[in-house]
Amino acid sequence: MTRRLSGIPASFRRSFNGGFTRGFHRAAAAGLLAAVLAVPGTAALVAAPAMAQETPVRGGVLNSIVQPEPPTLMLGLNQQGPTQTVAGKIYQGLLTYDQKLNPMPSLAESWTVSPDGLTYTFKLFQNVKWHDGKPFTAKDVVFSTSKFLMEVHPRARAVFSRCESITAVDDYTVEFKLKEAFPAFIQAFEVSSAPMVPAHLYEGTEFRANPANATPIGTGPFKLKEWVKGSYIQLVRNEDYYKKDLPYLDGITFRVIPDAASRSLALESGQVQQTQYSDLEPFEVPRMKALPNLTMTTAGYEFVAPLSWLEINHRVKPLDDKRFRKAIAYAIDRKFIRDKIWFGLGRVPTGPVNSVVKFYDPKVTTYEPDLAKAKALLDEMGLKPDGKGVRATVKIMPMPYGETWTRLGEYLKQSLSKVGIAVVLESTDAAGWNQRVANWDYEITTNFVYQYGDPALGVARTYISSNIRKGVMFSNTMGYSNPKVDELFAKASQENDPAKRQEQYSEVQRILADELPVVWLLEMEFPTFLDKRVKNANKTAIGVNETYEDVWLAK
Amino acid sequence: MMKSEFWRAFARNKGAVLGLVILAAIVFLAAFASFLFPNDPWDMATAPFQPPLSEDALLGSDMLGRDIAAGIAHGARVSLLIGLTSTAAALAIGVTLGALAGFHGGRVDDAIMRFTELFQTIPNFVLAVVLVAIFTPSLTTIVLAIAIVSWPPLARLARAEFLSLRTREFVQAAITTGQSNTTIILRQILPNSLSPIIVSASLMVATAILLESSLSFLGLGDPNAMSWGYMIGAARTVIRQAWWMSVFPGLAIVLTVLALNLVGEGLNDALNPKLARSRG
Repeated sequence: MTRRLSGIPASFRRSFNGGFTRGFHRAAAAGLLAAVLAVPGTAALVAAPAMAQETPVRGGVLNSIVQPEPPTLMLGLNQQGPTQTVAGKIYQGLLTYDQKLNPMPSLAESWTVSPDGLTYTFKLFQNVKWHDGKPFTAKDVVFSTSKFLMEVHPRARAVFSRCESITAVDDYTVEFKLKEAFPAFIQAFEVSSAPMVPAHLYEGTEFRANPANATPIGTGPFKLKEWVKGSYIQLVRNEDYYKKDLPYLDGITFRVIPDAASRSLALESGQVQQTQYSDLEPFEVPRMKALPNLTMTTAGYEFVAPLSWLEINHRVKPLDDKRFRKAIAYAIDRKFIRDKIWFGLGRVPTGPVNSVVKFYDPKVTTYEPDLAKAKALLDEMGLKPDGKGVRATVKIMPMPYGETWTRLGEYLKQSLSKVGIAVVLESTDAAGWNQRVANWDYEITTNFVYQYGDPALGVARTYISSNIRKGVMFSNTMGYSNPKVDELFAKASQENDPAKRQEQYSEVQRILADELPVVWLLEMEFPTFLDKRVKNANKTAIGVNETYEDVWLAK
Repeated sequence: MMKSEFWRAFARNKGAVLGLVILAAIVFLAAFASFLFPNDPWDMATAPFQPPLSEDALLGSDMLGRDIAAGIAHGARVSLLIGLTSTAAALAIGVTLGALAGFHGGRVDDAIMRFTELFQTIPNFVLAVVLVAIFTPSLTTIVLAIAIVSWPPLARLARAEFLSLRTREFVQAAITTGQSNTTIILRQILPNSLSPIIVSASLMVATAILLESSLSFLGLGDPNAMSWGYMIGAARTVIRQAWWMSVFPGLAIVLTVLALNLVGEGLNDALNPKLARSRG
């Protein structure tokens, strides 16, 4: 291991330094040439609009990390983070989204929505082929959305079960008819939400047991070449990709590196040119940011838009009293959490909707740290300090997701003790945590949930009373119930008029920010590190899970 | 008379005296922790990442602004508490089983020794990790886990002593005068077999402290008790930016374990004077 790591940086540095000036001249010359030829508007320029001064070059292999190693690359069956990042290059959805979460073409060239919001029609690109050479048609879309995903993909099932019919109008046109309006529908076609799978391989088979799952066949710009379990996943260029001259890269290799220190070393030494999500621990970020050959961005996670909070079990006294939850909110300093525990990664939230998600409204009650207010609320509840200054004792079970969450637990314990709330910290492992939270066997825990671009898809589920389901993780485990909130979420999910929808979502955000069913802690940000030679990466709301069809490596 | 002889033998070992001094200092620190550092060691008392010799943090502060010096003082309590109680528990189990095996011999001995070997075949630390993980980490479970993995050597030692003492004349005499087995074990044999047991128990305290530190380092400590192992475990991630967060608690562990070993050596010299003299 050491030998391999120490061997690579030296050779890498040589080629990087030696190649830099030469590469620069070549790029400049190529740019000039392209500019001269560009007058009629060639395909090459259309493919790289924002980078007019730098012309993409073919070739090169991008190395990245996959962590932890995914159980499968069949994206329809498994949507864990690492699976998405790798399989997002192999499979495609009908749409992708820009960083403002507006839909963009992927397998669908264009689309229309009827004025009543009930009919969605997608026109597909016509020359798309599966990796085994068979053409991709509307039949595949109908099979994927009405059969495959309905059976194996809970999130997709929740969306596509709203369809009255899904039909192939012709080979390249698909029509979705909804039972009732659901404007968030247009946000549900991203590659992990609705990956297109080949009907000719899966139709009539048992999906989960299909041998084709081991050799994923998608439409994407990269194909699986080799997967050495525990070592690496190697993707190579799809020579028959439907966009001419794309992709630029010869391949992408994802290395499996289970140890966190080795991951940061791999990035530092140049063994990999990209890391994402939680590959690096937050405390490594400031150091890596200072390295001259890397760029760091927190963009590209708008679609997942994670929001973390204190999940509070309302079945336990005095946690059922909103004054108590407000006292907690006043007792903690979320800027401190962001700056000192997450090393500056993230934004202080105001309410239930992550600020990058549609229909976010900042005009709600917010809770600045204020110990006096917290104590006053507890006094008002009649919780007076005893001889030791303790007003109430609560149990906090921090998420067992690594150091950072443990630190957060310790921080919460200290902060709450300052207002007389004694905290007993409980330790648990990942399985135990899931089990206990899903079955309501907790008092307070920390948690974070993805919001998927629209309140109807990723926010409502936490607060609506119909989602109080014992045994189900990421549901309304608090047992929070407010008929007005239920009504507003239900109405807004069917409202076609964006202005009215905004009103409804604003109102629900105001109610929730006042009642604090959970105490929001942090709009989490993940750092994506890219070597400066990697161009065109991370431009959409799904960032590193994107196809990478037009990513290229400067020489 | 006996006492002064003991002390003279002990003091002849300079290392042991040094060890005793260090140990006394640590006991003092533990005893007066709440007096020296009245605030909770978990308190975020100052700015995070303060280097040593800062205004309000002599040994610096950690990533949440907790005072390292306070952590070390309060951690000494936890370490000593766990070291002593788990050794006491291990002594209780080990000496009882060893005494029974050695005194009765035969089938009882066989049964107890096979049982002991069962524990000896499982690596100590792994078993401790499993036990703590199963019974959720708390001071009690950690003490029990350490005791459960540490008693077998004590049992073997006690058994060997009892086996050899059982055949001595004074024991035979006690048997012929009709004393009960319990009386013979507790009043005749045990006091005479104590010296080696005390020596190995003093070393076991050191091992127990190391075990507790390792458990806490792995995040299996009691989340509500400040301990040295926890401090190092939490700080190892930022060791490049802030060496002091792990170095000082590390020094505390090294000093304590060293002191206990030196004292153990001194006890050995004092309790086995012949051995000490022959060693020169």
